[in-house]
Amino acid sequence: MIVEFGHYALVLAFALSLVQSVVPLWGALAGDDRLMAVAPPVSVMTFVMVLLSFAVLTNAYLSADFSVLNVLENSHSAKPLLYKFTGVWGNHEGSMLLWVLILVFFGALVGFFGGNLPKDLRAATLSVQGWISTGFILFLLATSNPFARVVNPPLEGADLNPILQDIGLAIHPPLLYVGYVGFSITFSFAVAALILGRTDAAWARWVRPWTLLAWCFLTLGIAMGSYWAYYELGWGGWWFWDPVENASLMPWLAGTALLHSAIVMERREALKIWTVLLAIFTFSLSLLGTFLVRSGVLTSVHAFATDPARGVFILVLLCIFIGGSLALYAWRAPALKQGGLFAPISREGALVLNNLFLTSACAAVFVGTLYPLLLDAVTGEKISVGAPFFNLTFGPLMVPLLIAVPFGPVLSWKRGDLLAASQRLYAAFGLALLLTLFTFWLWGMDKVLAPLGVGLAVWVMAGAVAEILTRVKIVEIGPRRAFARLVGLPGSAWGTTLAHFGIGVTVLGVVTASAFQEERIETMRPGDVVELSGYQLTFDGAAPRRGPNFNEEVGHFTVRQGGAIVTRLDPSKRIYTARQMPTTEAAIYTTGFSQLYLSLGESRGDGAVDVRVYFKPLITLIWIGCVIMALGGGISIADRRLRVGAPKPSRKRPAGAPAAAE
Amino acid sequence: MIRSLLTSLFLCFCLLAGPAQAVAPDEILDDPVLETRARNLSAELRCMVCQNQSIDDSDAPLARDLRILVRERLLAGDSDAQVIDYLVSRYGEFVLLKPRFAWHTLALWAAGPVALVAGLFAIGLAMRKRRARAGQPADGPEAQLSEEEERRLQALLDGKD
Repeated sequence: MIVEFGHYALVLAFALSLVQSVVPLWGALAGDDRLMAVAPPVSVMTFVMVLLSFAVLTNAYLSADFSVLNVLENSHSAKPLLYKFTGVWGNHEGSMLLWVLILVFFGALVGFFGGNLPKDLRAATLSVQGWISTGFILFLLATSNPFARVVNPPLEGADLNPILQDIGLAIHPPLLYVGYVGFSITFSFAVAALILGRTDAAWARWVRPWTLLAWCFLTLGIAMGSYWAYYELGWGGWWFWDPVENASLMPWLAGTALLHSAIVMERREALKIWTVLLAIFTFSLSLLGTFLVRSGVLTSVHAFATDPARGVFILVLLCIFIGGSLALYAWRAPALKQGGLFAPISREGALVLNNLFLTSACAAVFVGTLYPLLLDAVTGEKISVGAPFFNLTFGPLMVPLLIAVPFGPVLSWKRGDLLAASQRLYAAFGLALLLTLFTFWLWGMDKVLAPLGVGLAVWVMAGAVAEILTRVKIVEIGPRRAFARLVGLPGSAWGTTLAHFGIGVTVLGVVTASAFQEERIETMRPGDVVELSGYQLTFDGAAPRRGPNFNEEVGHFTVRQGGAIVTRLDPSKRIYTARQMPTTEAAIYTTGFSQLYLSLGESRGDGAVDVRVYFKPLITLIWIGCVIMALGGGISIADRRLRVGAPKPSRKRPAGAPAAAE
Repeated sequence: MIRSLLTSLFLCFCLLAGPAQAVAPDEILDDPVLETRARNLSAELRCMVCQNQSIDDSDAPLARDLRILVRERLLAGDSDAQVIDYLVSRYGEFVLLKPRFAWHTLALWAAGPVALVAGLFAIGLAMRKRRARAGQPADGPEAQLSEEEERRLQALLDGKD
């Protein structure tokens, strides 16, 4: 009965979304306040209804109600409680429900906090948001009902895929979805602006914080997914250029571009039309990602969705939203007013360059991801596009961008002086050069690219630090007064510094972990010792162990450095009983920013086992850098200047003067 | 990511009996130079029963067979290009993770650079157009201080950056 109640709540949410799609927009176009006022309460109620149905599905999982098909197929009574909970979105139907929940949550946020927006803009935005939720709730109800019942329920469920029985499932999909779906708000704002035919100041101010919010979560989501794959898959890879990963990377690249073009729009009123287009692209890429993952188009045998009805449904939604918004753009964008002028060498110019490289990189990933599908469909030829291709095409586009990163914030708006700007970066350049030479000296000439990569990473990091230090004039006024100024800098300045520093940190991790990794692959008997990067690993033997819903063979290792015991590592190989599916659980020892990574291979009889040991120097910097980037984004959102409705700074000039850009 | 975990593992594990570790100790060649070449080649070859995994990463028995095959060819004195050609002749171009540059992959390889050049061109065009339009009125924006310049001026007068 409760389950049917959840299903019914979803139907109600669909009906409410329909109302939200039509009534407020009608009001906005007809200038009717009463019709526009419908939007906020309806958007909040839609959220409440979807939340209710999500709670019902969660309840079905927690109580192991195997009369629900979705629970039966993805849960097991012996599964630990955490995984019963996270299992709610560890499957197609549940994860789509989570997607919709986050979508309507964002709608409700605009409804709730949008009181200081122009009425018609808020109404139109919520209507566009309503179109998206209508489409996806209908998708759930029509093709992916999570509440379908089974007539004669068996006593035990099929269990969740063992790979997903990990804390990663609790964190990764929600973060990623908040990122994906968060871009729907900027999309709705952009489409609303096109419908209303104007992009006013309120519009420009709203776009950046929402983009930042979505971008922060997407950054964290991708990083979390990468780390999860790293420790779960057992060979220590952290990025595979898998189409599904690319599906999350593309909105990230477009979203990063959007973030930067929104700055230009907010400060200088320029690039408005491009920002609108980018907002449409970013969410379209999120939708494309959803399509790629949910439709099963990537492979014939895909883990999640194999039902073609779903693929076709999402494809139709995709065509309606992307095609519709681009057509609207083509029709209405020329009506939007263009903003300020700027010289090629200027802050704006640098941000345009950023957009150029990010969108080109995004295009390269886009074509690389979809080309094999297209070629197969058109000519029947099968080709593979994998990591070596992307490294070759994506890398060269990133290098000039990274070289340019430190220049952006030191150039002045409108018309910059490259020479004067470079003077602020001398120290950063010197440091980068020094570390490049140091790496050459340390590793010799056989790895030419790696020291250059290290230099590039240091350049980006030091450039970010140099920018903020010269901004407070540390050389001129001395460290003590400069420190006071640093504290007083606006959040957006710190945000830029941290985000740029973070990208440098990530690049450093990528370069060192790829170029200087050490590896041993050995068959070890109890008592055998393997030596790697100054560590001695002794195999003490293996023993079986029983888990709640799996059996495992655990290998015991002692790690010594110069005779002293550093740590013990217990990697294992598991067999999950319900699905009889094996997994490898790697053991990781973190030392500084580096990691010792140990995983078990095949058992060879008489106690011998294949062992793979890696030393991955500075690898954790890859993810730490992402966290720093997201932190920068968070600080930038918290900047009170960016909050709509926050009181204007008192440093306003007398009446009659144009409002300051800041 | 979770789906990439899923897909690769589903395919590699479900179809096949037990897990064999990617690159097992018994496959490794005694000659370190040949072994390095084998590893580099393996990273560019696709495990065809997996989704988007190289044979170097894959646990599938087919990947193991291919790894051994690559090493056999290297021991027989093949060059890297000959090994690749041999595998393509046996398994088709599908086995290459980096497609060959040819007519049918031209659009694939050109996408990034073309997007970059087209973008540069579009930016140049847009700037010229804007400049031409803005240049017409005698007291165009260039003639007076902009908001930003006025703001900076004010900030300088206030003694701040």
